[in-house]
Amino acid sequence: MKITRKEFLKISGACLVALSGKEVLAVLDNPAEGQSSSSSAGKARKQLGMIVDTRKCAKAEGCTKCIQACNAAHNIPSFQDPDHQIKWIWEKPFDDIFSSYETQYLDASLKEEPTPVLCNHCDNPPCVRVCPTGATWKRPEDGIVMMDWHRCIGCRYCMAACPYGARSFNWVDPRPHIERLNPDFPTRTKGVVEKCTFCSERLANGQLPACVEACPEKALVFGDVNDPKSEVRQMLAKSYALRRRAELGTGPNIYYLI
Amino acid sequence: MFMLEKAMVGSRRYWVWVCALLTLIAVAFGFYLHQLSYGLGVTGMSRDVSWGLYIGQFTFMVGVAASAVMVVLPYYLHNHKDFARMTILGEFLAVAAVTMCMLFILVDMGKPMRVFNVFLYPQFHSVMFWDMVSLSGYLVINITITLVSLHAEQQDVHPPRWIKPVILLSIPWAISIHTVTAFLYCGIPGRTLWRTAVLAPRFLASAFASGPALLILLCLLVRELTSYDVGKKAINSLAVIMTYAMVINVFLLLMELFTAFYSQVPELTEHFKSMYLGTVGPNSLLPWGQLSVFLMIASLIPLLVPTMRRNETILAFTCAMVFSALCIDKGVCLVVCGFMPSPLGTMTRYVPTLPEMTITVGVWAVGALMVTVFYKIALSVEIAREASYVPAYKYAAGEGVTGLQAHARSNQSV
Amino acid sequence: MRDKVWIIAGLLLFLGLVTYPAWHDLVAGTTAKPPQLVLPANQKQCVAPLSYMRTSHMKLLLQWRRSVVRDGQTKYVAFDGKVYNMKLSGTCLRCHSQQEFCTRCHNYVGVRTPYCWNCHLDPAQVKRSAR
Repeated sequence: MKITRKEFLKISGACLVALSGKEVLAVLDNPAEGQSSSSSAGKARKQLGMIVDTRKCAKAEGCTKCIQACNAAHNIPSFQDPDHQIKWIWEKPFDDIFSSYETQYLDASLKEEPTPVLCNHCDNPPCVRVCPTGATWKRPEDGIVMMDWHRCIGCRYCMAACPYGARSFNWVDPRPHIERLNPDFPTRTKGVVEKCTFCSERLANGQLPACVEACPEKALVFGDVNDPKSEVRQMLAKSYALRRRAELGTGPNIYYLI
Repeated sequence: MFMLEKAMVGSRRYWVWVCALLTLIAVAFGFYLHQLSYGLGVTGMSRDVSWGLYIGQFTFMVGVAASAVMVVLPYYLHNHKDFARMTILGEFLAVAAVTMCMLFILVDMGKPMRVFNVFLYPQFHSVMFWDMVSLSGYLVINITITLVSLHAEQQDVHPPRWIKPVILLSIPWAISIHTVTAFLYCGIPGRTLWRTAVLAPRFLASAFASGPALLILLCLLVRELTSYDVGKKAINSLAVIMTYAMVINVFLLLMELFTAFYSQVPELTEHFKSMYLGTVGPNSLLPWGQLSVFLMIASLIPLLVPTMRRNETILAFTCAMVFSALCIDKGVCLVVCGFMPSPLGTMTRYVPTLPEMTITVGVWAVGALMVTVFYKIALSVEIAREASYVPAYKYAAGEGVTGLQAHARSNQSV
Repeated sequence: MRDKVWIIAGLLLFLGLVTYPAWHDLVAGTTAKPPQLVLPANQKQCVAPLSYMRTSHMKLLLQWRRSVVRDGQTKYVAFDGKVYNMKLSGTCLRCHSQQEFCTRCHNYVGVRTPYCWNCHLDPAQVKRSAR
């Protein structure tokens, strides 16, 4: 039997279409890959989250132990140039992160109260929605918004999409700017985006995130917000809590007790 | 098959221009190698302003690429014969513009060697994936159309029948590339400057003004430099299209400003205040924002007065105004000021650096080189074909040149 | 056939350039001398048989990478039933030295060293530089 060129092209074309159809089916079949829904099905799963008790946090004035612990654990470089800084967890004045909640009569000291900010590991993360390669994705088993530094192409669409400024880009090679290297955790390379991963590497060993462990005031509480029996849920049931820009529908999972 | 040999013969002027462009490209490439080894830290972009000149220019050039539809659509759908000699120029311009878009994306990437991850791990929920798909599709479509029609013209035969549906497909496809590019921005929850439903219409309107402005300038230039004339009627028609588009663009900008400033919602007004008024700041781009608005408004006068629009000198100036106004507005301010203020309320300075600007100029030089070579090939074919007809009216008008002479002249002067 | 000379000269030049690396190595006397790789003293068996590691270590590394980064699996059950942590720095480099083992062999066979080390650290090197 002989195949003409035309027939060969036809068959190849049909095969390609069929193959791409398979991909589409795979995606439709598995909505957890990439876009996680905030529907009831999504809610039933585990979703790790964190409570920042700002009252306890404020007690230890000038304390930055959580930040230092994170920086040391994850080989975060320190840059003098604020444009190039890498931040996983850092502090911002209270009125910068909750500007719509403050009243103008608030005491300056309270307005400027340094408050820890980090990735919110959203229920419906815009960064994951926009990522063209799946280099950032929402882990179905515990809701962590993960980063794959092997796959990231450095387009920085996720940085534009994140409404919390929680993502950092490696504008230059970070390694020379790391004070003390931790060989147990990779550094990053220039050209990729990074952010907090809730210490997924520590969670795998049954440890708490480094920031939570380092806090002397126990102001950071970590747990499954979908589990009604968890400590975070018990605390959230009893007091008012704020979430950053929850009106955007991102479903942030960092709760601030005020 | 690409008729590149036609680009290899030319006057001294042609070669000086080509060499100048090649030099620019070489210098820019040197800077790009530096950026590759040092990182994107060589640019003025930062943690807060994470997209800058590259992505801005990308956005603007998508518009220029899409605007080819403004000659293709009237010519093929409405049989607007005036555009007969202009269409091929518009299509070639689109090819060059899409290539520039892709280069701007590439130079903006932190890990350009991983670019194929977009196709290896396609994410159907990412607008960027669809943008890549639509841009590469548009490039393929336009290369096909231009090559096929040029070959047909060269052999003086009708183009094959199958090209007609491809051309018709290019029309909605052109609209789609710029719509999808607008979706890149307006689908983001936290950036209020971009999160507006009129973004895609405004992108299209500004594209259909800036693209024709560039095409008119190129047509006038081609007429100055060669014996190829697209015709006064074609230029006037395109100028009318540009006028409508520019008026709609300004109208949509006013809609944005009204919505923001009448509702007085801070998150809507603050971006415009920092872009145009400077009351939220400091914003290093303030003068540029103001200049673009001034040029936009000022260009409306010669556009809307028919006698001025039909005067080719004034029209050339107007086109330059329209093009630069939109190049600044869309190619710099709209993208960069979307990051000002940042989600945490900081106004971060953005000033493009020398390497960044040189690389940008280098990409423009690549585009200019492509247009030069394409036009050279296309016009050699067109002029040779017309010359071989030895049209009677040229004798009548006293322009007695034989076909051979005309051919020789065209080859020299192109 | 007036261009015979040019054609033959061109062919010879081409052959010369193409085989240059071989000549260069012959003259320098660097051929056929594989690097003496030091095998770890404290371990007898790698995570997979030697023959597999020699030909397919990159496949194993990619598989580990996928498991850890994408699937959140950190444990690897080896062919002999032993369980390992899937870590480049923590497991592989505990026995092998990056420079003495990986880089040397890669250099010898002329395979570009992959960019693993742009991010992953060699604990021994970190210790040395900290001193």
